[in-house]
Amino acid sequence: MAYVKLSFKDRYENFINGQFTAPVSDQYFENFSPVDGSFIAKYPSSEAEDIDLAVEAANKVKDAWGKTSVTERSALLNKVADILQENLEEFAIMETCDNGKPIRETLAADIPLAIDHWRYFASVIRAQEGSATELDANTLSLVIKEPLGVVGQIIPWNFPLLMLSWKLAPALAAGNCVVLKPAEQTPCTATLFAEKIGNLFPNGVINIVHGFGPQAGKPLASHSGINKIAFTGETTTGQLIMQYASKNINPITVELGGKSPNIFFESVMSGGDAFVDKCMEGATFFGLNQGEVCTCPSRLLIQESIYNEFIEKMIVRTQAIVQGSPYDQNTMIGAQASNDQYEKILSYIEIGKKEGAEVLTGGNAKKFDDELANGYYIEPTILKGNNKMRIFQEEIFGPVVCVTTFKDEEEALEIANETLYGLGAGVWTRDAHQAYTVPRAIKAGRVWVNCYHAYPAHAPFGGYKKSGFGRETHLMMLAHYQQNKNILISYDKNKLGFF
Amino acid sequence: MNSLKVQNRVSITDNANEFLQQLIKKHGPDLIFHQSGGCCDGSAPMLLKRSEIYLDNNDVSLGYVGGIEFYMHKDQYEYWKYTHITIDITKGRGSSFSLEIPEGYRFIIHSKLLDEN
Repeated sequence: MAYVKLSFKDRYENFINGQFTAPVSDQYFENFSPVDGSFIAKYPSSEAEDIDLAVEAANKVKDAWGKTSVTERSALLNKVADILQENLEEFAIMETCDNGKPIRETLAADIPLAIDHWRYFASVIRAQEGSATELDANTLSLVIKEPLGVVGQIIPWNFPLLMLSWKLAPALAAGNCVVLKPAEQTPCTATLFAEKIGNLFPNGVINIVHGFGPQAGKPLASHSGINKIAFTGETTTGQLIMQYASKNINPITVELGGKSPNIFFESVMSGGDAFVDKCMEGATFFGLNQGEVCTCPSRLLIQESIYNEFIEKMIVRTQAIVQGSPYDQNTMIGAQASNDQYEKILSYIEIGKKEGAEVLTGGNAKKFDDELANGYYIEPTILKGNNKMRIFQEEIFGPVVCVTTFKDEEEALEIANETLYGLGAGVWTRDAHQAYTVPRAIKAGRVWVNCYHAYPAHAPFGGYKKSGFGRETHLMMLAHYQQNKNILISYDKNKLGFF
Repeated sequence: MNSLKVQNRVSITDNANEFLQQLIKKHGPDLIFHQSGGCCDGSAPMLLKRSEIYLDNNDVSLGYVGGIEFYMHKDQYEYWKYTHITIDITKGRGSSFSLEIPEGYRFIIHSKLLDEN
């Protein structure tokens, strides 16, 4: 079954103080679909004045919103989940149009995961408790969770509605007001989200402001009227975000990507059963979402003794990936999200070739001569090389996996950890000892064992090393959006005796 | 600031330089490139006001292009030290705080190993 592009209005506005609001400068940018290069709609090219309006609206309502009961906030989060559920298909088609990812992913992963995320934080906020500790017979220490106030959030373009949900749901559950800036490549579903939820929340609790990083992102991150900034993206902007936060002494969370190893030990090939098939899928997951995932398993480490057999099967599996219209239910890999990503990926494939990497399959742009001719498509690509190469060290953020071999466990760990990043990793083995000791020795925040690319709420997600800090998709994230108020009470009627 | 300086590791295409000079007219001459890592718009150079980003001996200078100094973190440089970089420009809608983003263009890099000239 194939879906078709939705119809759009000519232009859309920011969502500030519960109203759709034109940008102060009256400037808009044009948004195009990476599927076929077609025009989608115009979105506000906001500037500091628009951010000011949003931060002001949020500050006006933060005290009242912060005092709402968790029962009330939980019910609202569940309503958001219901609204997304009722409109799942519309969100999915729009996400495919804006980002280029295949419809089977948006229908089965992006939107359902987003929905579950709202339900997770709706429930976990009601289970959260402060603490009461009797320090001695007359002294009680109470810890009460309080919201931070107003939170700024800057989200990426690879999972637009899901990343919005990862950021918004815990912040709102904890009782904060939010000013959120979607990525300029993918403004569509954030706007649809604002349209669908309308005035479900009090005005000013959720504000969505579109625009470019230097013009709208920076004024938001550096605004003295916010109490925290959360960011997902790359390291230079991550550093800038941290600098701005330092000026206002604000807390931050940043998730800055990785260069994740996916390690296959020799025992995986010993069974000749369904698990071998699962391993092939696990290795081919580098193509999921066109490789535009912070935890893309972009370094494939295979034990020498099984390399030939393994890679032969995997090349077959990779060549079987169906590439075509993202609106077609059979399509497994769609378009890269923008032209600059497309050019960057092709440039990295060239870098790999010049470094001496061998192209095992793919290695080129994928050209279509039908309605997809102006989209940004790249063949799923396997490059063989070594871990010193730049293609093994820098995230290409495309459907490109770099494969190398290792002799033993020690060498596998050495290669896995020789990276600036530490976000995700995969370990595949039938050896129960390896299944525990290897993940413990990998310096990364999420290690998948005998699986990959699962992102359930209730399992914390975040980085080591230059991949950033903070743990999303888990109740731990509430702590990143909360203050701890300590009330220290004495029940002793007698003075200390100092004065 | 006491950062390592290596020279002549970076050049720029004519198209990219022409565009860079327009940005210098708009934003002033005190700009730098900083190579970003990580996901999304990473693995690409960011054009920033020099006063915008804190640089120290963790950053390595790779030389000048079009009058603009090019830096990257020394940890990244470890993997780049045998590489010559050419900055190019492409149409595109990147995110990040790089100054060319609002113009609808994005700086990207091509590279070659130093021993292939």
